[in-house]
Amino acid sequence: MPFELHTDELLVNMGPQHPSTHGVLRLMLRMDGEIIKEAIPNIGYLHRCAEKEGESLTVNQFIPYTDRMDYLGAFNNNMGIALTAEKLLALDVPKRAQYIRVCFAELNRIASHLIAVGTYGIDLGAFTPFLYAWRDRDMILDIFEKMIGARLTYSMTRVGGVLYDITPEIESDILKFCDHFDPMITEMDNLLSFNRIFVDRTAGVGLIPREQCIEWGMTGPIIRATGFDWDIRTREPYSSYEEFDFQVITGKAERGVLGDCWNRYYVRVKEMRESLKIIRQAIDKIRATQPGPDSIRAQVKKVIRIPQNEAYVRTESPRGELGFYLVSDGSDVPYRMKIRTPSFCNLSGFEEFTRGQMLADVVAVLGSIDIVLGDVDR
Amino acid sequence: MLGTQVYDGFFQIVNGSFENPLLRLAVMAVVAAVLGFGFVAPFVTMAIWAERRVAARIQVRVGPNRVGWFGLLQGVADGIKFIGKEYILPSGADAFFYQFAPVLVFAAAYIGFVALPFSQFMVVADFNIALFFIFAITSLETIGVIMAGWASNNKWSMFGALRECVQVVSYEIPLMLSLLIATVMYGTMSLMQIQDMQDGAGAAGILAWGIFRSPLFMGLGAILFYTAGLASCKRAPFDLPDAESELVAGYHTEYGGMNFGMFFFAEYASMYIICAVMVLLFFGGSNFFGLEDIGVNIPLDAIGVKGVLPLYLGNLILVGKACIPYFIMLQLRWTLPRYRLDQVIDLCLKVLLPFCLVCIVGQAVWSLCGMDDWAARMFPEAVPNIGEFAKKLSAAGQ
Repeated sequence: MPFELHTDELLVNMGPQHPSTHGVLRLMLRMDGEIIKEAIPNIGYLHRCAEKEGESLTVNQFIPYTDRMDYLGAFNNNMGIALTAEKLLALDVPKRAQYIRVCFAELNRIASHLIAVGTYGIDLGAFTPFLYAWRDRDMILDIFEKMIGARLTYSMTRVGGVLYDITPEIESDILKFCDHFDPMITEMDNLLSFNRIFVDRTAGVGLIPREQCIEWGMTGPIIRATGFDWDIRTREPYSSYEEFDFQVITGKAERGVLGDCWNRYYVRVKEMRESLKIIRQAIDKIRATQPGPDSIRAQVKKVIRIPQNEAYVRTESPRGELGFYLVSDGSDVPYRMKIRTPSFCNLSGFEEFTRGQMLADVVAVLGSIDIVLGDVDR
Repeated sequence: MLGTQVYDGFFQIVNGSFENPLLRLAVMAVVAAVLGFGFVAPFVTMAIWAERRVAARIQVRVGPNRVGWFGLLQGVADGIKFIGKEYILPSGADAFFYQFAPVLVFAAAYIGFVALPFSQFMVVADFNIALFFIFAITSLETIGVIMAGWASNNKWSMFGALRECVQVVSYEIPLMLSLLIATVMYGTMSLMQIQDMQDGAGAAGILAWGIFRSPLFMGLGAILFYTAGLASCKRAPFDLPDAESELVAGYHTEYGGMNFGMFFFAEYASMYIICAVMVLLFFGGSNFFGLEDIGVNIPLDAIGVKGVLPLYLGNLILVGKACIPYFIMLQLRWTLPRYRLDQVIDLCLKVLLPFCLVCIVGQAVWSLCGMDDWAARMFPEAVPNIGEFAKKLSAAGQ
């Protein structure tokens, strides 16, 4: 007897309230059983008109708004907008301020990568690494709290430098953290990175080749996981990064193949070690400079009027290339502000790279891209 | 035996008190259920407390420590909270099946305790197919889970139900086959008899335990049973049907209050069944160097602690032993990531199944050669001989 099995595709709404969409992302999944036919990201739930805000406020007033974009890497955002304004004003930022910026940008990078690595564990069903990551991240947040009073949204830079000077107590706190954290990365390796199940779940999954990365404008750990050493810190050094001795981490395919989820994850783990290296050097360099009000901020007027000009400055945020394009017509507020956020570009190719994979892989790919929805939607 | 005396006495009281046979049956059923619940509920409460405390220790947290000593009464507080919650029926849900599913899951896990010995004397019903009965009944749980996923009118719930279909039903095969390894050796499925066979005396008595009678095949069998048991309990790393990060909460996404509580209860009850059966088959049941027999000769009517001592000593030993595989379950859950569906099925079909078959054949050959009694030959005083025991059994049967 002929038997015809009729199967249908299932349209499933993943998000905006779903445990592993890392915020308010909505994915529309067309599924055939557990296989994804199509995963269409639907964004905009956290749109807060960041660009328009930038056009109606002075640059210094806009800095707190940049905190809310990539809230896990808030300091990197602060630094990006400050650098853009400084470039237009042709300001000479004091060395001490630059080193402080580098030091805290790298601390912030570690904090952000810890979230990425920890939540990636949760996405794959391992809850414990997340809490270990949270414990270490708390120490960084304590340092930020001592420095600026805030734990998440720092608003720490100003045009021309930073708000407060670093104290010897904070310096020793940072060094203490570095000593504490170095073995913790090894712990994370033992617990998660080389775990057999973890490797099975991530190696060879969600492959994003280098050419595709370049086509989609995917930057940060995603492109570095393909073995391409694209890092703005060395390609276009800013804030004296050229004086620091560190390696650009690229995927080495210890497990899996280049450009898969495992390599994207592991690039982040290794980058934390490099960040520690930079932080230690930054503390040495800060100690070699003289403290004082003039050494943390350049002389700027109370009301900053940016001359009629335009500039695009890109920095390496934890998630990739963060660019601020600022057009000024000579008044105190920018004429146009365009922000190129890494998460938005990184998410753009999601549909293509998840086609034909299983539901569990969608979660793995999304986690390995490490988006922040504030950064996607702005 | 002692346990039988207790039950006989109980039944005599009930028989004498009620004239109507139907009423008598109903009262007996209710009282027996409450008595059974009296054991299962505290155990599950403790198990949940242990899970949360162990998880907290692993994750550098504190865990529940406010309700009772060290938070021991947290489970009770949770239960009260569950009962106090509002009953919500999701729109579009099938009201009957939605409500029936948790009851079925709960009942399936709970009925398993009918044939599961509490000690070397105490069991509700001593079947000769106890082992088969336990897993036949607890596998009804799967039906309840599938029912819950389908009736909730939620796509994530349905995914959970489908995964349950694929995973748990597949893992029944290696689970039952691994039980067969032990059955081949003991020649019986009665858990009470299996316990008696493992009852050795003195320090060498430990060699009477199933796992030492045939270290290779029974040892491998224990690992296979444990792995398949983990999967059939839906415990990490096989917790796909309620994978939080993928399916929100899987089949129980739409359940709240006591309905969820029943799923929760059933999960821990079936975990205990897996751990207890593992101990009963492979690790000597409630036998522990003769410690379980202290006070056996004291007559039951010696009122007080002494009279019930043998009942509870064996029980404590059994539960204590079952805590070790349970603790390993906790450690696994809080350490390992989750497998993907195809990897789970790969493991079942390509690893567990062939190993089970090899072990059954291996164990059969081992038993045929009389190797099960190697310890009995070395220590005839300490370790009972399985062959003779079986002969005695069949003689008693005739």
